[in-house]
Amino acid sequence: MKKPLLIALAAVLLLVPLLHLVFPPGHALHLSEFYVGLLGKFLCFAICALALDLIWGFGGILSLGHGLFFALGGYGMGMYLMRQIGRDGQYQSDLPDFMVFLNWKELPWHWALSDSLVGQIILALAVPGLLAAVFGYFAFRSRIQGVYFSIITQALTVAAMLLFFRNETGFGGNNGFTDFKRIAGLAITSPGMKVGLCVASGIALIGCYLLARWLTQSRWGRILQAIRDAEGRVRFLGYDPVAYKLSAYVISAMMCALAGMLYVPQVGIINPGEMSPAASIEMAIWAAVGGRGTLIGPVFGAFFVNGTKSVFTAVWPEGWLYVLGGLFIAVTLFLPQGLMGLARRFKR
Amino acid sequence: MIKRFLLGCLLAWSASAWALPPELAARIAAGEGDDRVAALQQALAAGDDSLGPFLRALQDGRVRLKGGQALVIAEGAAAPADAEEPMLNNRMRREIDAALAGLDLLSTDRDTRAKALATLRDDADASKLALFEKALAAERDAGLRSQLNALVAGAKLSSTDAAQRKAAATELAGSADPATRALLLEKLGSETDPAAKAAMQKAVADIGDRLAWGERAQLLFSGLSLGSVLLLVALGLAITYGLMGVINMAHGELLMVGAYATYSVQQAFRAWAPAAFDYYLWLALPASFLAAALVGAAMERTVIRWLYGRPLETLLATWGISLVLMQAVRTLFGAQNVAVENPAWLSGGWALLPNLTLPYNRLAILVFAGLVLGGIATLLARTRLGLMVRGVTQNRRMAACVGVNTAKVDTLAFALGSGIAGLAGCALSQIGNVGPDLGQSYIVDAFMVVVLGGVGQLAGTVYAALGLGVLSKLLEGWQGAVLAKIALLLLLVLVIQKKPQGLFALKGRSVE
Repeated sequence: MKKPLLIALAAVLLLVPLLHLVFPPGHALHLSEFYVGLLGKFLCFAICALALDLIWGFGGILSLGHGLFFALGGYGMGMYLMRQIGRDGQYQSDLPDFMVFLNWKELPWHWALSDSLVGQIILALAVPGLLAAVFGYFAFRSRIQGVYFSIITQALTVAAMLLFFRNETGFGGNNGFTDFKRIAGLAITSPGMKVGLCVASGIALIGCYLLARWLTQSRWGRILQAIRDAEGRVRFLGYDPVAYKLSAYVISAMMCALAGMLYVPQVGIINPGEMSPAASIEMAIWAAVGGRGTLIGPVFGAFFVNGTKSVFTAVWPEGWLYVLGGLFIAVTLFLPQGLMGLARRFKR
Repeated sequence: MIKRFLLGCLLAWSASAWALPPELAARIAAGEGDDRVAALQQALAAGDDSLGPFLRALQDGRVRLKGGQALVIAEGAAAPADAEEPMLNNRMRREIDAALAGLDLLSTDRDTRAKALATLRDDADASKLALFEKALAAERDAGLRSQLNALVAGAKLSSTDAAQRKAAATELAGSADPATRALLLEKLGSETDPAAKAAMQKAVADIGDRLAWGERAQLLFSGLSLGSVLLLVALGLAITYGLMGVINMAHGELLMVGAYATYSVQQAFRAWAPAAFDYYLWLALPASFLAAALVGAAMERTVIRWLYGRPLETLLATWGISLVLMQAVRTLFGAQNVAVENPAWLSGGWALLPNLTLPYNRLAILVFAGLVLGGIATLLARTRLGLMVRGVTQNRRMAACVGVNTAKVDTLAFALGSGIAGLAGCALSQIGNVGPDLGQSYIVDAFMVVVLGGVGQLAGTVYAALGLGVLSKLLEGWQGAVLAKIALLLLLVLVIQKKPQGLFALKGRSVE
């Protein structure tokens, strides 16, 4: 069951460049740019679902703030992309357009690394990781569990969203970042770049999946699951749950940041809307629909939910929220194990 | 030609019952600048009816000078060839504008007077004092009176006599009007006389003190008002979450249901009983309670019932319900905000001080929150249903053993909490926008209040709601609304770190 997924993902990743780049547009086998972009987006969402599953399905921690880490990763990448626009912006200035608009004369201090891709990637992973470490340390040390943890992660995310909406924060306010032109000197709209980003997302997903599988099968993973099932008993046995939960939380946050980093160049925009409570809760439903506590489930779930969303927003936009709401209700009531549980039931 | 002109003159003379002394009119129309202004002031102080038409004719270029006489030419009539047209420089034009506005102050039409006041605000000097006082004596409209008072004070302050300026400043020290303070500050900049300056400084300080009290009261009131809104929003949650332990993410949407029920009742009154429109709220209150309670009962029966003891699942399922409810409202009422009007008795406000007005709708919500709180407290403490709810909360199994129908109590309690959310929605419709997103903006606040207040009892919810309301307004005044909100959210995070059961939680010894 696990190998087929990897094989399928790898096959898709080989096929995408072939179908998009080798077959010319108009050919029956040509894969259009739209679908390459869509696939890339879904792969990023799958990473998020996997990240959430790692702490929720295996650690029993439901974070409703993973949108924050996703967005932070995206903003990290976005800063680099904004700098890459160079003087091609509307104001033909060295500074990003929104800074010219705000009449700023130089880059704020937190943009110091924004000229270097590597520096910005490290920053985009380190900042969410650090934030998760600090926040998680205090939360887990105070033994905040269950719903309380969900609520404070949500509060944190809302606070961050409000902060990013402000122009003074230096992240473009309401509009966020957009109008990207190139990555490392290469045009962001070129077919090669599109395919490259999509394949990179796929590789990142495979990497995250393998990491998550290794982690959950290790001793660390077994203790994490034990904490999920009976935290008090694990503590009485002499383990420190804080260390396990915290490490899981930080790894999960950084996975989400990675997904955000790959997502932003593919959709071409990042704004504080990504930190809205709804966005974070939707991530939870991807994992829940696929099946918590399995690693393939969330990947399926992300593809299933977002695929349905794409279909509905094209065919019957008003109906989508009914379907999404229905999914939330139906999955929690009838499918606590998600699609994976359903599949398992049919197998038997 | 000349005959026709004279005829015109005669007509003009007779039509306007000319009482302005001709030599004064001539002095206004021609001569040295200072003398002309003085003549104008003199005529204005006399307050004559014919001055207005004469000045208008002067403005329109219908006055001619001939042989030391100012002649008014009737509209449409031709001017005599040998008559001289009077010169009007900018100063003279300004003086005439001000004089006309001064005359308008005595008009019987309120709008004309208000317009005249607006014109005169920048041009209030000592010369018009007599006119202002005359207008003040006749003015009955309270709003215009206070504006006139400010003008009088301003006129006195610009007097050339230092003693009079000092007297005016001393007189003004008794005022509590922000506009007066601004005026004093302006005049203070150009004051040279030390005695007058001291008097002005004292007046500014005195008014500042008085205003400070008004501002403090305003801050406290808006804090309490926000607190009462938060309390209303959180009270329903205090029952569903605080007592029953259900994380209801659709609580905000129950508010929305209540608000839309209010809107529907309003529309029904508008269509069928427009005469009784002012009383629609009395029907809207029970309607919003019932609508939200029914939705809540349906939610409990179909979804939440199966998820007791699984709070994370409840959270997700109720989030799903909230999405469905929001979309349902969009389908039924459209995605745009709808307009809910205040009944006449809720619009306007109670002006306590010049800088402190308490809007009636806010006051009503404050009272209403208190009533709802009292109602719930009584219901929980004194009725059979309350007894059963408390019993099921404290020990579900034991309650079932002694014959309490726990399933029914759950449904009733949840419906009650939802109904209170509906009432809150009705109240919110009186102070803000009603739209499909109404609930989303309150859900985080509502949880914040309940979690801060601690679960399982109402008193904590009250402290938390009022405390958060006042604190948030204080922070807003200091750092702006967005940063205040961020600070409060971080405060929530900190409080949960330290006291996961809330600030006012009941003490217990259980570990998990």
